[in-house]
Parts: sequence; structure tokens; C-alpha cells
Amino acid sequence: MNTIILSFDKIEGGSMKHYSKKLIARLNDNANQLRIDALRMIYERGAGHPGGCLSCSEIISALYFHYLKIDPQRPHWEDRDRFILSKGHASAILYAALARRGFFDIKELQTWGHPNSRLQGHPDRLRTPGIEMTTGTLGQGLSIASGIGLAARLLQQKWRIYILMGDGECQSGIVWEGAMMASKYCLSNITAIIDYNDVQLDGFCHEIMPLEPFIKKWQSFNFEVVEIDGHSVKEILQALDVTKEIHDRPSVIIAHTIKGKGVSFMENEAKWHGLAPDDEQYRQAITELKGEKNG
Amino acid sequence: MDRIISMRHSYGEALLDCGIKNKKIVVVVADVSSSVKTDFFEKRFPERFFNVGIAEQCLVNVGAGLSLEGFIPFVNTFAGLLLRSFEQIRTCVGYAETNVKLVGGYAGISDYKDGATHYSICDIAVMRSIPNITVVVPADATETKKLVCEIVKWSGPVYLRISRAETPVIFGDNHKVVVGKGQIIREGDDLTIIAVGVMVGRSLLAANILEQEGVKARVINMPTIKPFDKYLIIETAQKTGAIVTAEEHSVIGGLGSAVSECLSQSYPVPIEFIGIKDLFVETGTSHEYLLDHFGLSVNDIIEAAKKVIKRKGNIK
Repeated sequence: MNTIILSFDKIEGGSMKHYSKKLIARLNDNANQLRIDALRMIYERGAGHPGGCLSCSEIISALYFHYLKIDPQRPHWEDRDRFILSKGHASAILYAALARRGFFDIKELQTWGHPNSRLQGHPDRLRTPGIEMTTGTLGQGLSIASGIGLAARLLQQKWRIYILMGDGECQSGIVWEGAMMASKYCLSNITAIIDYNDVQLDGFCHEIMPLEPFIKKWQSFNFEVVEIDGHSVKEILQALDVTKEIHDRPSVIIAHTIKGKGVSFMENEAKWHGLAPDDEQYRQAITELKGEKNG
Repeated sequence: MDRIISMRHSYGEALLDCGIKNKKIVVVVADVSSSVKTDFFEKRFPERFFNVGIAEQCLVNVGAGLSLEGFIPFVNTFAGLLLRSFEQIRTCVGYAETNVKLVGGYAGISDYKDGATHYSICDIAVMRSIPNITVVVPADATETKKLVCEIVKWSGPVYLRISRAETPVIFGDNHKVVVGKGQIIREGDDLTIIAVGVMVGRSLLAANILEQEGVKARVINMPTIKPFDKYLIIETAQKTGAIVTAEEHSVIGGLGSAVSECLSQSYPVPIEFIGIKDLFVETGTSHEYLLDHFGLSVNDIIEAAKKVIKRKGNIK
């Protein structure tokens, strides 16, 4: 098994596809906008999960504003790529991305969590256009993706399945059941991305239940493993390219991220896993995010 | 009821038959294929058969994933082990309303050699408490076959409960079963025995003996426990005024509870419950032995019938 680990250095060089500075700048802008959208939604609702939204902003931006083959006018378009937010509590940033891409009106974000809203606390496939699968209880994504991957093979379809997982959910046995399944059937049409911010509800993952050696775990389950900086749009895009070219097994991108990224007082703080900011905190957070964008 | 046929065998054959006609049917199993007889399908359609190993949570989610792309997955393990994946069933099947057919084999206490770890006496209670999930329990090999075909057509999640037992054949080939409907299979007006699964045959035997003693028992076969055929149950309460429920399941949360929930709100009548009392049943030498010794014998049904008629008289 000649699994290649692509370190940041290796991804920089070699025969990687070139992505223009303009595209990368745009996707960074989109990521920042998604951060602002998600924080505003969480602030206005007085509930949600800011930390895990801020950590995956570049990943969601790269997927929804460039990489995924999707059509907002046709959410059920047969040839679309499938995306599952396995870490369903980061719903705010996904809803923001769907709205910004035109799956529904941006104003609808204000209804999130309200009675009769199509936007439930956690993603609900039956209510929201663009939501592939209902999630929220952790650990489900990879095994569901395996079922979709088998279906794609039976249907002889070329579209791919992307899932975004949290690091904490990899503490669940079901994740590794799904990993064995994807490996057994060599489901190379699956790319799992792990938002490895090392923070979960009760504290640091490495203290609550350590995941390391994480890369070795995935390698031993016969996954192609790519390790990147999850806040580098360029590395995200290039890692996605790498996994597309793997034809004999599933892939996982371990994206190192910072929980609460972009808002100084939220960074690496477990208390911001599932807490809404108050008025002053919200103002400061938005100021920082807007400043960062201009700076 | 002279012929004895294995329900699981009948299930395996029906699954294969439906699989021949409908290419959307796929089978997922958790290392029990030769036991629950999905191996008939496996041999014929290996490309539509997936064994996840001893990983019941994954089993259910793989089924959910396949159904998202339009396949009709039959997801199989022992009923007692399927509850390992309760959360996946609730979230990814019930709540997400995926078209997954969950099949619990070796249900009730039919896996008599293995004992309480492998019995399933809470499954009906659990499944029927999950919104969107239809719960069906065939009474014999004939009904098993018919129900498999019906649930292929039924849009939405289903839990199909299959016994390991070899049971008397009650119904002929012209037997009709409709999801959501119960059926009167023997007329009588002194009381109604409402039964599911292997207890249907035993209830018919009890009704025959009761008749010799001058008691006319109506018998209702209730192959669908959810959605519940309330009209039939209310009608029978009005007509016979007394009910005995009979199921190879805990007396808590199953058919008896469904009947009680229905009648207490509409037309209360005395009810007696035949089922497994709130206890873990031991290993046995045969399924029949266990049924006879843990409160599910023909005589237990007869005694319950006499008791409920007496209670009916007291109310009058």
C-alpha cells in the first residue's frame, strides 16, 4: 500500500494544477462573507455553533463557490456532486453558502430555527433545497456516503460524494464502520474532509479522547490520506484534485484548522462550540472579520 | 394448518422473486445472510448484495445512502441486533424518511438456542414509537411472501419482523394482505382475539377449543401494527365488547399497547394481554416449548378469553 501523504510542501510543488490568485482571493472573500453570515445568523437566533462554522469556512467556500458540480436551479439534478455535512451542527454556514449560491433567497436565512422555517437547527433533507441528507447526530456521514457511493457505482455514474466531518465525531465507532465499508468496496468516488480543529464541546479533542495518530488510523483503514492547512483555499483545491485522481480507494483530507478562526476571542475556545455571542461580542467579531477582509 | 413452513425461508424466496422483477431492490446484510436467507438473493444478484460485517449502525446507514439514489434497500440482521442501530433508524431512516426496508429476522424468542441476548421482545415497541416507520409482522410463510411484495410497493420506511420459527401455514395462496389493514379471519361475537405473528395460529387453535366450550371468539390478524387499523379495532370492540391481544413480544409497548391506546380514547372495553411478561426469557429446547412456558400457550389464550368475558359481564 503506497499511500502518499502530501504535506503542505509537497502540495506546493510538483505537477499540481495552478489556481489563479484571483480565484483564490475570491474564494477567500467568499469564506469571509460566509463567516459574517453564519455569525449574524447565530447572533440573531441566539443559538448555534460558531466555532465549528468558522473553522470550516474556507472548505465550504472552496466547495460551494468553485469545486462542487451543482446547479442551484436544479437541486436534484442527477449529475450533481453529492455533499453531506456530517458535522451537521455547522448548519449555519452551509445554509449561508446555499443561499449565497442561490438555492433560496438570502432573506430566508433570517428564518433559521423559527416556527415553519425550511431551515431547521440541523440540516433536514426534506425541507431545504440543496441539503442532500439529514444530519446532526454525529458520525453518520461516511457510512451514508458509502451507500451513495455503491449506488453511484451500480448506476455507473461519475459524480462524486464529498463529506465534511468534524474531528470529534471520529471518536464514534460508526465512523470506522463506514471507513471499513468504503474501503472494502474501494469507493474511490468518496472524498471525506475532516475539519481538524482539535476542539469539541467539552474541551480539546486531544484531552477528551485523542485521535492521534490520526493519519496512521486512516491509512490503516486503506484510505488515501492528504494532509493540508484547512484555511488555505489553494491547498484545499489541490487536495481535492489529488483525491479525484485516486481510483482504487476512498480518500480523506485531514484539514488542520482553528476552531473559531477569524474571531480572536473565539479561537481555540471550547466554550464557543455552541454559544451565541451577545451584542458586544457580536460587534467585535464582525469588526474583526471585516477588518481582516480589508487588511 | 397442517403444513409447516419456515418463515425465513419464505422471506428469502420472496426477496429473490421481487429482486428478479425489480432491479432497484438491493440487499444489505450484517453477517447473517445464510441465517436470514438473503443468500438466495446473494447468489443470484451478487452485484446488488452488500455485506457490511458485524456493523449494524453502518448497515442501516448504507441502506439509507442507497435509498437516496432511488434504490429499495432491504436491510437485514437479527431483530434483537437491529436495535443496536436505534439512533440511525430514528435519524437516517425515520426522520430523513428514507425508503429503507428494515428486516429483523429471528424475532421474538424464536432463536431459542441462543437465549436472551438474541431474543427481540422490545422491537415492536421501539419501531412503532418512531414517526414515519411502518411496522409489519407476518403470521405465516404465505403472508411473509405477500408482505415482502407489498412493502416493495409501499413508499417509505418499513420494519418487517420475521420469525426464525417453522410455523403452521394459515393462509392459502389467494390470501390478500394490505399494509395498514387488519383482517377478521374467524367470526365470533363473545370476544375478539387480536393477534400478530406466530400467535395468530395459536389464537385460531384457542378459538376452536373455546367454541367447543360454547364461547364464540372472533380472531383478527393484525399484520400491520403501524399505521394501526383503528376502525377495525373500534368496530370489533363495539361488536364483541372484550379483547385479548396476543403477541410474541413484551406486553409493554407492542400490539396490546397499540390496541389499548386506540380503545382507551374511543371505546374502552376490557382487554387481556398475552405476551412476554416484563422479563428476560431463558434458553429453551424449542421455540414451541418457550411459548408454552412463558405465557403464550394456547391454554393461556383460552384462560385470558374466559377472564375477559367475565370482566365484560361485571361491567354490564
